[in-house]
Amino acid sequence: MEIKVLKNIMHANQQLAEENRKFFKERNIVAVNVMASPGAGKTSTILKVIEALRDKVNICVVEGDIASSIDAEKIDKLGISVVQINTGGGCHLDANMIRTVADDLKLEENSILFIENVGNLVCPSSFDLGEGIKLVIASVPEGHDKPFKYTSMFQEADVIILNKMDLMPYIDFDRDSFYKGIRALNETVPVFEISCKTGEGLPAFVEWLGNKVK
Amino acid sequence: MHEYAVTKNMLAVALEEAEKAGAKKIIEIRLVIGDLSTIIDESVQMYFDFLTEETIADGAKLVFKRVPAVFQCKACSIEFNKPAKGFDCPQCGAMGAPTGVGREFYIESIEVE
Repeated sequence: MEIKVLKNIMHANQQLAEENRKFFKERNIVAVNVMASPGAGKTSTILKVIEALRDKVNICVVEGDIASSIDAEKIDKLGISVVQINTGGGCHLDANMIRTVADDLKLEENSILFIENVGNLVCPSSFDLGEGIKLVIASVPEGHDKPFKYTSMFQEADVIILNKMDLMPYIDFDRDSFYKGIRALNETVPVFEISCKTGEGLPAFVEWLGNKVK
Repeated sequence: MHEYAVTKNMLAVALEEAEKAGAKKIIEIRLVIGDLSTIIDESVQMYFDFLTEETIADGAKLVFKRVPAVFQCKACSIEFNKPAKGFDCPQCGAMGAPTGVGREFYIESIEVE
């Protein structure tokens, strides 16, 4: 006997993600799913935003990593509420993981929750966490071809950062090609060129994000 | 890359549907997977064989229907299968954009007894 199913394979994750989304929305929490390759500057960007916005907005962080608490310790040192999720080899965070740690964070209303995903441009794009903003960080040394190779990631981004702009003079990075790829996939997504090293371009991104918490 | 989690989810959906129908055994699961979904068939199969042990899906056959990624040219509007490299329209050379076809990721049907 044949049974027609026509059900998305990610159905269970999607349901939990919608519950998370409702939870965040009711409390006016701007949840930012931070996705990038390893080393693109996810933690550095989060640290810079904390520095710039902590006096104005309550900020919490979920650190997702395959192993170790190196990143979480950097956040904790600043006195910011942080929870580490170690996926034990898993290549992405999922909606259930976020739900289970939500209670451990000192989540106040009207705050920003950074969810730093596992460094990977493939898998995290398949798992909705219930976030309000998908932030994708690319960096100059990775090269300009990333939008062409990781289409889902760049297609779904709500905001894109191009980090390590200070390295531009030393790298053969074709900006036109990078933007051509992004615009093909995602016509209106805002792109911020920044350098966590020099601070260049950060105020514009901080202002953009700060305006989301209102 | 994340086929373990995906296969677990897929099996859960199939088992739930089979149970609803009061089936004793799942013989076949037909999947529709778009080429942009970053899923590798062989890897799903490997985890499936392992995860189905001692379930009613043990020994079931997986059938993969792959859907190529369709892009649409922003200039001349023709639809084309995404070339291996880049997003360029084969007709006029302008840039194409994704149409949504190629991101499918669902169970079409299951065969049970």
